[in-house]
Amino acid sequence: MTISSQTAGAIGAAAFVLPALGFAIGPVFKSTPHRWEVVGPTDMFSDTNYVPVVLTVNPTIGEAGKTTAYVRRFNPAIDTDPYDEGTPYIAISTRCAHLGCPVRWVDAAERFICPCHGGVYDLLGRRVGGPPVRPLDRFYTRVTGNNVELGPRFSVNSQLRRFSPRDPGQPLDGIGQYLYPSRPGAQKL
Amino acid sequence: MPRVPKVPAPPVPAPLREPPPRPGQSNGKGGPLEGAKHAGITAVDWIDERTSLSGGARWMMFRKVPKGTNWFYTLGSATMFAFLSQAVTGVFLAMYYRPDASGGAYESIRYVTNEVFLGQFVRGMHKWGSSVMVILVFLHMGRTFFFGAYKYPRELNWVIGVVLLILTMVMSFTGYLLPFDQRAYWATVVGVNINGTGPLIGPYLSDFLRGGSEFGATTLSRFYAIHMLLLPGAIIALIGAHLYLVAKLGTTAPPWQKPLPRSEELNEAEV
Repeated sequence: MTISSQTAGAIGAAAFVLPALGFAIGPVFKSTPHRWEVVGPTDMFSDTNYVPVVLTVNPTIGEAGKTTAYVRRFNPAIDTDPYDEGTPYIAISTRCAHLGCPVRWVDAAERFICPCHGGVYDLLGRRVGGPPVRPLDRFYTRVTGNNVELGPRFSVNSQLRRFSPRDPGQPLDGIGQYLYPSRPGAQKL
Repeated sequence: MPRVPKVPAPPVPAPLREPPPRPGQSNGKGGPLEGAKHAGITAVDWIDERTSLSGGARWMMFRKVPKGTNWFYTLGSATMFAFLSQAVTGVFLAMYYRPDASGGAYESIRYVTNEVFLGQFVRGMHKWGSSVMVILVFLHMGRTFFFGAYKYPRELNWVIGVVLLILTMVMSFTGYLLPFDQRAYWATVVGVNINGTGPLIGPYLSDFLRGGSEFGATTLSRFYAIHMLLLPGAIIALIGAHLYLVAKLGTTAPPWQKPLPRSEELNEAEV
C-alpha cells in the first residue's frame, strides 16, 4: 500500500512537473533558421570606410528585433587575416562584446566605441581598450546579383578565427571557447 | 458647606440579583451598539470554535519582546508592507498590462500612465515602491547584522532572508523589462548577458531566460510570468516561514542592552 501509493504520487507529480519543465527549457534546444537579408546594392559600400545598415534579427517583435551592422567591402590591404579570405564584404555587428550595448563607428577616431562602459575596437573590430573580452561579432555576407546580403552572425576570437555565435561577455581565447560552449539554438553557418 | 461623601449602596442579596447574560446573549439592556458587539463576538466565536485560530493569533501577536526594542525593529514590518503595496498595485496594473513585444506592451503602459484615472499614481506607487522595498530590505538586513540578530538560533531565518533578498532582486530585474521602452530593453540585454558570463552553464542560462538564442517575444512573456506568477507566491511563502521563525524564536535585545542585576531580575519576576 505505502509503496504503491508513493509510486502513484510520484507518477502524478512527474506528470505535471516534467511537461512544465520541458515547456520552459525547450526553447534552449530549438535551432533558429538562418536568415539572409538584402541590405543594399553593391555600389553602396566602399572598401575604406564603413556604411551602417539596419537588419532584422527577430522578425516577430517589431522595432526591438532590429539591429545595426557596419558593412565594408573586403580590402586585401587591411583584411590580411587568413580566415577572411574569400569573404566579399566585412559586416561588423554593433553588439558590444562586453555586455551587448550598441557600439558606434566614430570616423574621426577610426574606432568602434561603446557608450555603456567604454569598450573600444579598431577598424577590424578587435578590442583595443575597455572591458570587452573578444572582438566584435560579424555577419556572413554574400552577393546575389547586384545586392549585398547579410546572413547569420558569428563570433571571432582575437586571431579572428570563427566560432558559432556567442553572447557578449564570453571570451573565446584559450580556455574560453570551452568554458562558454556553443549552444544548440545558435549554430555557425 | 462640605459635601457628605456618598455611601455605597448596600449589596443586593444573591437571589434578587439579575442573572448575568449567558455567553452570546444580550441581557436586553444596551442599544444597537451592544447588539452589534455581541454579533461580532458571536461570529468570531463561531469561527474560533471550529478552527481554534485565536490561540495562533495570540501566539503571533502577544509575544514577549525584550527591553530596549526600538524603531529599528520595525524595518522588517516596513519591508513586508512595501511588498504588500507592490502586490496590491501590481494586481491592478495587471488589469491593463499586455505582454506583447511588438508594441502592445509599451502602448498598454502608455495607456495606464496617460489615460487611466489614477493610472499614473498606481504605476508610480509600483515603480517607486520597488526601490523602497529594495532599500528597506537592505536596511532590515543591516539592522539584523549590526545587532547580531543572525546568531544562534536564528541562522535559518538569516538564510531565508537572503533567499528573499535574491527573490526581490529577481523581481526587480524581471519587472524592469515590462514597460518595454529603450531603457527596459537595454537593461535586460545587459542583465541577461551578465548571466551568460557564468562559465559552462552561463550560455544555457541566458538562453533559458530569453527563451531562445536571441531576445524575442518569449523573453517578455517569460519575464512577465516569472514576475507576476512565480515569484509572488514564492515570496509570500518565504515571508510566512520568516515570520513563523520570528514568532517562534523571539526577537533579540539590542547589543547595548545590559542584563539586569540578579536581584532586580528576581524583583521583576515577583511583580
